[in-house]
Amino acid sequence: MTMRIFIPRDAGAVAVGADDVALAFEQAAAARGMPVEIVRTGSRGLYWLEPMVELATAQGRVGFGPATPADVPSLLDAMAGNGQHALRLGVTNEIPWLKRQTRLTFTRCGVIDPRSVDDYRAHGGYKGLERALTLTSDQILADVTTSGLRGRGGAGFPTGIKWKTVAQASADRKYIVCNADEGDSGTFADRMIMEGDPFVVIEGMTIAGITVGATKGYIYIRSEYPHAVDAMNAAIVAARRAGLLGKRIGGSAHEFDLEVRVGAGAYVCGEETSLLESLEGRRGIVRAKPPLPAHKGLFGRPSVINNVLSFAAIPFILDNGARAYADFGMGRSRGTMPIQLAGNIRYGGLFETAFGVTLGELVDEIGGGTFTGREVRAVQVGGPLGAYFPRALFDTPFDYEAFAARDGLIGHGGIVVFDDSVDMAKQARFAMEFCAVESCGKCTPCRIGSTRGVETINKIINGERVAENLAVVEDLCNTMKFGSLCALGGFTPYPVMSALKHFREDFGGDLGPAPARLQAAE
Amino acid sequence: MTVGYEPWDKARGAEIIAEHAGLEGATLVILHALQEAFGYVPEPAIPMVAEALNLSRAEVHGVFTFYHDFRKQPAGRHVLKLCRAEACQAAGGDALAARAEAKLGVALGNTTADDRVTLEPIYCLGLCATAPSAMLDGRVVGRLDEARIDALVAEAQR
Repeated sequence: MTMRIFIPRDAGAVAVGADDVALAFEQAAAARGMPVEIVRTGSRGLYWLEPMVELATAQGRVGFGPATPADVPSLLDAMAGNGQHALRLGVTNEIPWLKRQTRLTFTRCGVIDPRSVDDYRAHGGYKGLERALTLTSDQILADVTTSGLRGRGGAGFPTGIKWKTVAQASADRKYIVCNADEGDSGTFADRMIMEGDPFVVIEGMTIAGITVGATKGYIYIRSEYPHAVDAMNAAIVAARRAGLLGKRIGGSAHEFDLEVRVGAGAYVCGEETSLLESLEGRRGIVRAKPPLPAHKGLFGRPSVINNVLSFAAIPFILDNGARAYADFGMGRSRGTMPIQLAGNIRYGGLFETAFGVTLGELVDEIGGGTFTGREVRAVQVGGPLGAYFPRALFDTPFDYEAFAARDGLIGHGGIVVFDDSVDMAKQARFAMEFCAVESCGKCTPCRIGSTRGVETINKIINGERVAENLAVVEDLCNTMKFGSLCALGGFTPYPVMSALKHFREDFGGDLGPAPARLQAAE
Repeated sequence: MTVGYEPWDKARGAEIIAEHAGLEGATLVILHALQEAFGYVPEPAIPMVAEALNLSRAEVHGVFTFYHDFRKQPAGRHVLKLCRAEACQAAGGDALAARAEAKLGVALGNTTADDRVTLEPIYCLGLCATAPSAMLDGRVVGRLDEARIDALVAEAQR
């Protein structure tokens, strides 16, 4: 009987040798004359176990990892024999780290062949679209609204309201735009889902298209993600061939097609209006709002612009009903969030769970602390624009409002762990440096404020008039927060101020009291 | 001169531009395609793009210079990009970047004198759970340590 072996083609797995392992399996199996079928999947998201190899068995898939090419001969022996091996992890779905999760969006990621529509369908794919095709636009909007889904890019705006605004707008053309410019350090969920289950993104965008009356969609993927670009392009071709993109999708009267566009290394293009400018072929300069993209978006037409994970959540909601999604979560944060554990962490990876899990559980229990074995000192939540949290705030539940109440943000769900060797003054300066380099330059607080911020933090690091310069940094942060056009300048104060507030000892000198908390921007 | 790229040729440039000029918002697509063919965006191509898209030269030049990806001149034979964002910083990326700079004798953002290696920072490859990470000519590498970065540098110098 042919053995079916699953090996990720996910960039994170490839970066630690998955291609070499796959090649070694092919060669070893051929040399032994063993009938083996190797399926290249996405990653399950347990990155400390990558490259993780799985074998299909009567009990389900059994995992082995982390594997190297040198392990392959003994792994093949084990797979053909009694299955025992030092790298054996047991039935993959029973691995506690995976079993503890609630995978609604990532249920197929790492399981299916991301290039096969049939495999996607065999695992419940396209059921959401099938149901959507039997509903009216209003009924779909009601489902999306009731699900409580909020924009997973970071802003947390209710998806249903956004879609409704576009649905109600009248125009000769409308667009669906997928923001796959996942530039935040510590985040990789968009990359993973595009590489591991691209059809779920396509299905979500297609449902958006038929709901609001758009026939064309763009996926704007950052150039740093060549594997995701390839995976999405291959999936689009496959979906077209299966009649699931193009004219008369799924045999209905609806038309919808997709095109991938590749960014060019500008972080600010993750901001939605800057992304639209870039898609239109211009510099990624932020637009003032209003008009909202829902009214005047891409090429001046009403446009739904959502994050990859927002679109990827839609098929589950349409298939299983809005309540099934909304039953998870806490407060106004409904459903699940694919949380990404990164940086100096023992068990790093993708952990999808209902909102409400605390930061401490995520970092200590699930993440297992640092891989260097040193004390966790700070965690940055939400990317380069997110706040640094000390251990004292580890009781914060993962929830949009709870993080905001503590002067932070969940952003796109990335958590970067730092051990006690971190210098928080340096991290604060980096936040300003990054903003200075990546600022689009349109508004003064961001363009000038960030440069002044770097200079001033440098003075503090050099011990020059520390207390006065700290006051200047705080003033700059307030100006940037309230005066910037978009989140780049507006949120850079989060990492800076949180470093100042919670790690004041790193800024040297006699510092006086910690700064009062910033007022909310809204 | 980076291996595998065509030398600049006006007719070939015009052909590439014409291939994509009909797309909505084609500027970035064309600049990417030019760079893919020639290894950089040759200056004479800028007015050609402008004319094909009915834009001013200033507009196309503005786009070309706004984005970090587009090169004014060819890169070295190999391009080694080191992720310098927070997750890689947390995992010891600063020391590894300094090590690569010392080994190659150039600071990030520069090309070695023999034109063999261009060393660049990159802000996040999305390999944050297998940090620190790098990309050598499009190939991703994670879980870098001193031995691995040395091997990557040596490979790039070959």
